[in-house]
Amino acid sequence: MAENLSGAPAPLLSIRGLTVGLPADGDRPEAVSEVSFDIAPGETVCLVGESGSGKSVIGQAILGMLPHALPVLSGEVHLDDAPLPPQRDPAYGAIRSAQVAMIFQDAAASLNPVRTIGAQLAEVLEVHGVPKRDRKARVLDVLRAVALPEPERIAKSYPHQLSGGQAQRAVIAGALLLEPKLLIADEPTTALDVTTQAEILALIARLKAEHGLSVLFVTHDFGVVAEIADRVVVMEKGVQVETGRAAAVLHAPQHPYTKKLIAAVTPAPRERETGGTDTILEATDIDLTYRGGLFGGRKALHAVKGASLRIEAGRTVAVVGESGSGKSSLARCLLRLEEIDSGSIRFKGEEISKLTGKPLQHLRKSLQVVLQDPYSALDPRQTIRAAIAEGPIIHGTPKVEAHAQAAELLELVGLPAQAGGRYPQEFSGGQRQRICIARALALKPDLLIADEAVSALDVSIQAQILDLFADMQKRFGFAILFITHDLAVARAIADDILVMRRGEIVERGPAAQVFASPAHPYTADLLAAAPGLDMFAKGDAA
Amino acid sequence: MIGYILSRLIRAVATLLITVTLVFLFIRFSGDPAAALVPPDAPQEVIDQYARAMGLDQPIWVQYTGYVGGLLQGDFGFSIHTGLAVEEVFLARLPHTLELGLTALAMAIAIGIPVGAIAAIRRGSALDRFVMAFSVFAFAMPNFLFGLLMILIAALVFGTFLGGDSASVLWPALTLGLAAMGSFARFTRSSVLETINAPYMRAAEARGVPFRLRLIRHAAPNAAIPLVTLIGLSLGALVAGSVVTEQVFAWPGVGQLLVRSVATRDLAQVQFLVLVVAFTMVLANLLVDFLYLLIDPRIRAS
Repeated sequence: MAENLSGAPAPLLSIRGLTVGLPADGDRPEAVSEVSFDIAPGETVCLVGESGSGKSVIGQAILGMLPHALPVLSGEVHLDDAPLPPQRDPAYGAIRSAQVAMIFQDAAASLNPVRTIGAQLAEVLEVHGVPKRDRKARVLDVLRAVALPEPERIAKSYPHQLSGGQAQRAVIAGALLLEPKLLIADEPTTALDVTTQAEILALIARLKAEHGLSVLFVTHDFGVVAEIADRVVVMEKGVQVETGRAAAVLHAPQHPYTKKLIAAVTPAPRERETGGTDTILEATDIDLTYRGGLFGGRKALHAVKGASLRIEAGRTVAVVGESGSGKSSLARCLLRLEEIDSGSIRFKGEEISKLTGKPLQHLRKSLQVVLQDPYSALDPRQTIRAAIAEGPIIHGTPKVEAHAQAAELLELVGLPAQAGGRYPQEFSGGQRQRICIARALALKPDLLIADEAVSALDVSIQAQILDLFADMQKRFGFAILFITHDLAVARAIADDILVMRRGEIVERGPAAQVFASPAHPYTADLLAAAPGLDMFAKGDAA
Repeated sequence: MIGYILSRLIRAVATLLITVTLVFLFIRFSGDPAAALVPPDAPQEVIDQYARAMGLDQPIWVQYTGYVGGLLQGDFGFSIHTGLAVEEVFLARLPHTLELGLTALAMAIAIGIPVGAIAAIRRGSALDRFVMAFSVFAFAMPNFLFGLLMILIAALVFGTFLGGDSASVLWPALTLGLAAMGSFARFTRSSVLETINAPYMRAAEARGVPFRLRLIRHAAPNAAIPLVTLIGLSLGALVAGSVVTEQVFAWPGVGQLLVRSVATRDLAQVQFLVLVVAFTMVLANLLVDFLYLLIDPRIRAS
């Protein structure tokens, strides 16, 4: 291996002054500007930034996959001391997968839905000239190497037959087939549950140690950075704002943007005077089963099993669980969007589980919801003023008054009142979530149910929206049921925590207590799997 | 999967039964067929005689059960016009219509799909814009007008006649298939555009799979899934279009027979032809549903 004068090993990958242009109508002239960093053999570099920071552009540039709309304006990328070909050059055929492999955020979507896993992996070998007789054995070997159970069965499976974690393992297997030197991982764990994420991060770390692989890990999550990074490059709006060893960046960040991202991992539990003791909603032993299809296609699913909970005025209860744990089904029961099989739901003392017609419609006013995806939660052909005023008008408020109220609410959630005449698509994700909150508040609810209401947002925006929930709660005194898979979010906002697993509530208690000394082993597992937890444990101790 | 197949079969049978009933009722209620058979100045007794001979004096439910029972035994009735069994009249003309319809479908698929795929791959180019303009023209052009224009131009400029049973099938097939061709091109374009920008296409690119292989192995099978539906549905439009096209080109097929049978109120013949059309449609849709099983593993699993 070549050594340079300082004695450090020559870098595997070296990026110098990389500048990539954006189309003329972009929000800035360059996607990334003057980016320079190295990756040493066997090193993990985390490229950190939020959506639009240009971090994925760098990964694409290394593989020669930039579209025409994103031209390389200047700069050089060297792999093993040799310059890479120009973008989209056919010579990349010999580099992709063989020397540099890439995996993506949504593993299931990055696999062709109509071809088997085995066929898609064998294809990688085929296009790189591996003879047919060797392919099957090598595919099975690599599936075994990523610790997939029953490699033969997985090879014959279609992508939809795998879980999210299995799909990501299969994709990683594909990336390892030709033993590349560098793995580019673009947000590979963002779409996964925390326990699955922990497994995939451990897998990448193991493969790195076994194969001497270098990893360029693209992420927005400093919790993940704390788990795996040797060095960190932080990007903000296309500019490299901070570069350094992981420990240094994590514990003594220099740039304000880095500080903001790190703070977002561990939003501090806020000081709060807890609300009164008036019970707003009390659910006792509720059960929900989704029935199977008419011809027996689907199996019946017992989504909520004997759940009981109580929510008091002005307090926030977080329901925590992984995908499929039944937390959203529970919310749908409380919102009366599903008919429960048994149990009772009392709202301000009145049984509501059997309400229909007018009384049910009247109840809806007091029970409002904010959903996960602020993009699909707003009608694109309705001005935001109309969206906010729609509920009050239906419930009898005169139009003029409802519109005046909508303007006030917009200001309250931090948007200009004049923005009311505009359409949802003119706003960013965070702004849209503010609009959704204003819409929910327009009916002056007693209980606001937030279903993963910050999960689709960038981390720094998440913090702002959580603040907004808390401010509005202080102002109007409603109770919040906050559904989330993210322990850090739950810790930041909740007074009380419910942990759900497979339809059951396995743990409940005040937030501080649940985080400090979890009683159920599953809660302990969740806490252990949450990336960066050690980091904030240290931070709290310091 | 067995549930899937069973539910499609039950649906198909139900559709056929409803069609049989509707056809029966519509024809009975759209005027007295016996009156239409005889000269306009025929006395009422003659009309009644005909009606009795055809069983039209029976109560409607007797006629209905007799009719359905006959269908189940393969007795479809006799054409009043020719005196032959309706299926014989139909079968004599079927080869002509099959020739015309299959040629039209083949042309629509062989031209529309590649042209749409190329437009998607060269998105935004002059070629793409030309294909889009062509597909709007093809779709918007009424086929009787297009057919007449072709006959006119061929006769005036080239001195040949395109119609009749001795003429080439190509021109009527082009007329009949033009609209389907346009819609196939347009639909293929949007379907291919959707698949070539799918995450698995970028992932295949990152794995080093060359462009042509990505198109053939990854984009094409996925883009084909919605196209199969469209082709199945367009069979209906082809059948409807053949009625007009056969008339314009004097093509001796089933479409022409249908027009003539309606005009002469040849009750049993019309009933039979409408049933054949409905049966074709149901069969085509059933075929599409089963094709899905072959091309989409997600349906196979459910």
